[in-house]
Amino acid sequence: MSDLSSSQNGAPKNSLLKVDARTKKRNASEARFKAYGIGAIALGLCFLVTLLVSILGNGVPAFKQTFITIPVELTESKLDKSGTRDLEVMKKVTTFGYKPLVENALVAALEKEGIENPFAKAKDLAKLLSSSAPAQVRDVVLDNPNLVGQTVEFRLLAGSRVDGYFKGRVTRDALARDKNLDAAHLDIADAMVAAGMMDTTFNADFVLGADASESRPEQAGIGVSMVGSLFMMIVVLCLSLPIGVAASIYLEEFAPQNKWTDLIEVNISNLAAVPSIVYGILGLAVFIQFAHLPQSAPLVGGLVLTLMTLPTIIISTRASLKAVPPSIRDAALGIGASKMQSVFHHVLPLAMPGILTGTIIGLAQALGETAPLLLIGMVGFIASNMPDGIASGFLDPNSAMPAQIYEWAKRADPAYYERAWGGIIILLGFLMTMNIIAVILRRRFERRW
Amino acid sequence: MPALWLFITVLVLGLAGFVLGRKRVMADAGGDIRKLHSLPNYYGANVMLSALIPSLGLLVLWLIVQPMIVQATVASHIPTENYADSGALNLLMSDVRRVADGLTLAVSQGALSPQAAQDLTGADDVRGLLGNLGIALGTDIEDYVLTAAQEYRVKSNTGNWIMTVAVIAAGVLGFALALRATSKSHRARNSVEKVILALLIGAASIAVLTTIGIVFSLIFNTIEFFKLYPADEFFFGTTWAPSFGGGSELGILPLFWGTFYISIISLLVAVPIGLFAAVYLSEYAGPKMRGIAKPLLEVLAGIPTIVYGLFALITVGPMLVGLFGKDGSFGVNWMQGGSAVMTAGLVMGVMLIPFISSLSDDIINSVPQAMRDGSLGLGATKSETIKQVILPAALPGIVGAILLAASRAIGETMIVVLGAGAAARLSMNPFEAMTTVTTRIVSQLTGDADFSSPEALVAFALGMTLFVITLCLNIVALLIVRKYREQYD
Repeated sequence: MSDLSSSQNGAPKNSLLKVDARTKKRNASEARFKAYGIGAIALGLCFLVTLLVSILGNGVPAFKQTFITIPVELTESKLDKSGTRDLEVMKKVTTFGYKPLVENALVAALEKEGIENPFAKAKDLAKLLSSSAPAQVRDVVLDNPNLVGQTVEFRLLAGSRVDGYFKGRVTRDALARDKNLDAAHLDIADAMVAAGMMDTTFNADFVLGADASESRPEQAGIGVSMVGSLFMMIVVLCLSLPIGVAASIYLEEFAPQNKWTDLIEVNISNLAAVPSIVYGILGLAVFIQFAHLPQSAPLVGGLVLTLMTLPTIIISTRASLKAVPPSIRDAALGIGASKMQSVFHHVLPLAMPGILTGTIIGLAQALGETAPLLLIGMVGFIASNMPDGIASGFLDPNSAMPAQIYEWAKRADPAYYERAWGGIIILLGFLMTMNIIAVILRRRFERRW
Repeated sequence: MPALWLFITVLVLGLAGFVLGRKRVMADAGGDIRKLHSLPNYYGANVMLSALIPSLGLLVLWLIVQPMIVQATVASHIPTENYADSGALNLLMSDVRRVADGLTLAVSQGALSPQAAQDLTGADDVRGLLGNLGIALGTDIEDYVLTAAQEYRVKSNTGNWIMTVAVIAAGVLGFALALRATSKSHRARNSVEKVILALLIGAASIAVLTTIGIVFSLIFNTIEFFKLYPADEFFFGTTWAPSFGGGSELGILPLFWGTFYISIISLLVAVPIGLFAAVYLSEYAGPKMRGIAKPLLEVLAGIPTIVYGLFALITVGPMLVGLFGKDGSFGVNWMQGGSAVMTAGLVMGVMLIPFISSLSDDIINSVPQAMRDGSLGLGATKSETIKQVILPAALPGIVGAILLAASRAIGETMIVVLGAGAAARLSMNPFEAMTTVTTRIVSQLTGDADFSSPEALVAFALGMTLFVITLCLNIVALLIVRKYREQYD
């Protein structure tokens, strides 16, 4: 006490009003620490923004495509020599038969518009067009044989480099080293745009169409692999929801405290952290090597992804079962329900919103997973055909969206990079929708006890 | 009868059982539900389950066992001089199966009569015949393959007939027994619930089965690999140079080095950022800031890894080359190509930020408020409280979170496949391309190699190593986290 009173009598050595050096230091360190925290969050969000900007900036052009609109004369003597319009006979004319028609049509169209054409050979000029153009014409003709002999207006895909020129991917400087296209082609392309023969518009085929071979990026679409992903998700949903719910009910409501239960619980938490590629090895060894299921089939992919998502679903289902208060169970048991009835009639319906939320999040995870699919063979071929029916949808080789994106990312042509980013936009669109549905479900139906 | 139709038949039998069982017990009770032990639906369900379980169980068992038996008997009839070892026999048998399937298809499409399919000999153009049906065969069919295929068909057909009869018989038997036992005093609910409980236990055991499946699929192939390639060279070899022509050097050390280098860089990015973000969010941020920043950070966790991979390949790689490469902004010429340890490490770090921040956030939040209050009451500033009280208290949990993140980084595939490159080398330069365990698993198993060569089998040994390492990390991390949680609960 005496110390205190003596210091009060004299002049105060250190006042709380005057900040001394030590306090200053401590306050500064406090401010610094806080700034680190804000900096960390800002950095994290900055990464997120960079990622999103880079996805959108690179991917949006994939949804647009350059088309060339020209009238093509479908000469009868070339396409249907017999004149019978018999499909079987007409099918014998391959795309090589259609190629000169398309090339000449392009030359004629340029002449008509008065665009200067420096190329002597129609073949050189036709580099403006996608190499799929003859096949495009052939498909239309075979669908509608009566068009033969007429001059029909076609909207043909432009070559990927021409397309890239309008999207800013291909520059005149870069073409100097490219033997597929000359600067002269680009002059013609500019003139064609001015004449309204060439335009860059939304390309539905990218969303709905099939993959194309390595040399034709302008034709590739993600539609078929989307169907593959859909079939895989059906498998995942049909297996992982019932199995996951059943397992969680057992572990949460019935399991006695013993070694076996412990083992299962440890197993589940470990499986949730096993690298996904290991599931791919499992799928390869068990489903393909051992059980001889077809390679690259969405069924196998679905099975592997089911095993991978089960732990996630079980963990979230158990959490929502746990959230149902014991009074509900007690009340049900009290009026004579069996344990099983109390769970299935009362606890499960109340936990359902939480379970569905967890399942949707698990499905979203499965939808974006790539690594296990690589090992069971869902890459490395061209997913060019839509499945014919439900059985072939499950069993025929197909790709999946992330696998297709990987496949495109591996191809050397930069035009495929754009497709890969475009595919990512679609994939993220699906994931976002699923997550939003999960959030809405949780907000609307989840009860707080 | 094909398995699908058999399945449907059995299902119909089960449904009939449900209706009949219910009807019978209601008749027994004279329509008075109060005289029954259980609700009427339980009696129906009891009969249905008694019909379905034995028949479907038998069906599944049969479908698994029959091909094995048929294959074994057919294989034993192929003259031994036609194949060298068990691998060759396997290839031969897959030919046999394909021919047999082709013949069956030919019969079902009417291209052959059933008798004609059995009468074919090596002299007939079987390959051309099957080629017309869209079944491509690599080579012309040897006589013994055709004979084996015909035997395979006969045996499978007989087996299928016996299966049909046996499955339906089992279903009908179960059905009849259960229906006879149905009476108003029968405790139907108890038996139905027992079955349901068994199903629940079965579902829970799938987790264990998955682990067993993983371990077995890795172990068998790994043992096979070590028979062909010495284990010490695998674990201590410093060169990774697989060549499918033979004479490969398959040392795991360069792969390990690449894996750990990339993981360390990713943790160096993710741990400080994630930890500071978690501290700020749980200790400083108001509810509004928390409500916005936390979900936004977690968006990073929801983005599929293929997106990060592409981001590394196309955006980050070229950007780093622009900074550190030849003619780069720093003029240092450290980096030759976009694929490098740094590229993959940085991007993986970004991916791990939300992982670390949300785990640490939970752990920091579970430190009791009393400890904060005590420290603040003694005059410590907020940051001193955090540094000297909260973080030490939360340390074990944070270490657990970092270990879990490390195990993720080691097992991550897509980012390194696209961002890290393919060259296996032991180097300290983080701007060089290196390769990882997961990348090599993908490249060894997606090639056209057959599964009996050491170059393909090595992937299983790599997978085994990866599995063991991540498993150890996970177990240690989970133990730490769990132990810590108990302290404050």
